[in-house]
Amino acid sequence: MSIRAPRAPRFHPTRLIIYSVMIAFAAFYLLPVYLMLITGMKSFAEVNISRMWDLPSGLRFDSFLAAWQTLKPSFLNSIKMVVPATVLSSLLGSMNGYVLAKWKFRGSDTLFTAILFGMFIPYQSILIPLVLTLQRMGLYGSIPGLILTHVVYGIPITTLIFRNYYAAIPTELLEAAKVDGAGFFGIYRRVILPLSATGFVVVAIWQFTSIWNEFLFGLVITNSPQQRPVTVALQNIAGSQYTMWNVQMAGALLVALPTLLVYILLGRYFLRGLLAGSLKG
Amino acid sequence: MTGKVIEEARPRPGVATRPMAARSRYRLVERLIPILMITPSIIAIAVFVYGFIGWTTVVSVSRWQGIVPDLSFAGFRNYAALLTSYRFQSDIRNTIVFTVFFLIGSLSIGLLLAVLLDSKVRGESFFRTVYLFPMALSFVVTGTVWQWLFTPGAPGQPTGLNLLFEQIGLPVFQTWSTVSHVWPGGGWKPEWLRVPFGVPLAMIPVIIAAIWQMSGFTMAMYLAGLRAIPDELREAARVDGASEWQVFRWITFPLLQPVTLSAVIVLGHISLKIFDLIMTQTGGGPGFATDVPGIFMYETTFKSNKYAEGAAVAIVMLLMVSVLIVPYLIWRLRTETER
Repeated sequence: MSIRAPRAPRFHPTRLIIYSVMIAFAAFYLLPVYLMLITGMKSFAEVNISRMWDLPSGLRFDSFLAAWQTLKPSFLNSIKMVVPATVLSSLLGSMNGYVLAKWKFRGSDTLFTAILFGMFIPYQSILIPLVLTLQRMGLYGSIPGLILTHVVYGIPITTLIFRNYYAAIPTELLEAAKVDGAGFFGIYRRVILPLSATGFVVVAIWQFTSIWNEFLFGLVITNSPQQRPVTVALQNIAGSQYTMWNVQMAGALLVALPTLLVYILLGRYFLRGLLAGSLKG
Repeated sequence: MTGKVIEEARPRPGVATRPMAARSRYRLVERLIPILMITPSIIAIAVFVYGFIGWTTVVSVSRWQGIVPDLSFAGFRNYAALLTSYRFQSDIRNTIVFTVFFLIGSLSIGLLLAVLLDSKVRGESFFRTVYLFPMALSFVVTGTVWQWLFTPGAPGQPTGLNLLFEQIGLPVFQTWSTVSHVWPGGGWKPEWLRVPFGVPLAMIPVIIAAIWQMSGFTMAMYLAGLRAIPDELREAARVDGASEWQVFRWITFPLLQPVTLSAVIVLGHISLKIFDLIMTQTGGGPGFATDVPGIFMYETTFKSNKYAEGAAVAIVMLLMVSVLIVPYLIWRLRTETER
């Protein structure tokens, strides 16, 4: 029981400033999306550089259809590439993380650091040998070649996320399972895997987003329009003879849609993946 | 304790009690299994990262400047040629300019937004979601949109953002994306330097686009850092009569140093090897004003088939990133083993 009457909410002028700044920044981040939407709804004749900010004359989705017609094959390519690559690199990352967090051996921390280095390198520094190797393996210019590439260069980040994730599982749980006679695989199956659901979601979202958005490998490893992923196809629309901004903006929005949906629906896990790579676990 | 002993002593169905020798062999196998299980990944990284870097290094000192491979040793002439080339000097200047402004912009905006979001505001999760969503997009999408936003119009007829600037009474920065001017340029410079030193104006739209995409990320990092600071710490300072600014300056800010370090590492390595964004937004133009080593390497190697030169550019890129990353990784390893 308080004796004093509850304090009336006082008006702080600083609050007004805080909200104004926050709204201004929200506008800054949303502006390009707004522009993509209104430009995508315009017809080619309507897209006029000096009237960029005018609203479209009506709700029209012709440009989106046109963009979809152009992007559809590469959209499917991206799906065919992203799904297996995400699954495989998540499984590898889980096993590596399990070993490096719970079955440490002499030099395992150094080994982990050496693996981590692989996620920071500019991929230009491995591109020439990569192309030559894929050519020799008969995988150059194909989706399996892209999958292999993404799985291999995904090892560092998936290993990092799972290692940090598993480090939080109490060692006593493992000890108890060991006493029960469980070995390396038994513990993995009975203790680690049942606790891994969140870890898999975080890693899968991370890999899905980065592989879907990736550009350099897609550009260099594919040589025919039939095999290229959607980011390369989008860049190609931009490079055509005269720029149809309405189709291009509609296309950009289509390419952004899958990862944007994942972000909106599973943002919490997306954020965890984002922070996992940057903060010490 | 005793429970454990009893568990071990009691024979269980399916687990045969082993003689000592077999038991120690089992222990050895048990120690080998984990190593065996990560061997495929180790081999993959050893070959695809370290082996390929070695291979690229060999190419970079070779005479392979055409379609037919020629790995005969050429010394460091490819590197020497790079250092004196106009394009590569522009690339290095542009990378420095891009990295410095991109880092300053992303860190300060990220910190500002995190502090605002942390001040008990309404709709925090909505704002956070809006600030962070560009991180989910491809640099290719970002480049495409911002290219349209900065489309140059005819002289006197501002478009895109310039039009918006004009409508709200700000000066028009129309020429940003069309001129290769470097500000301030001119002045004294050493003889070997072939490019004017300063900020290429065409770089500004690219930097803005990059900050648009990545500042939400620093916001998220700083926000996580802020939430990790115990409230009592700040509360105690307030009780002692510290102003909000003093609390921030002397308590919050110093405790955020590790976050700043992480952010510099992550953003720094991204900006030193930036490729996708600039390739789609400007393609490196006009006149190499926004060109970077990543684009140079790609075009030299895969468009002009000058493999040795491209490899040399790639190795310089790797060295630039390594100067930042390797000390960080070693420090991380040291602190981890100390724990």
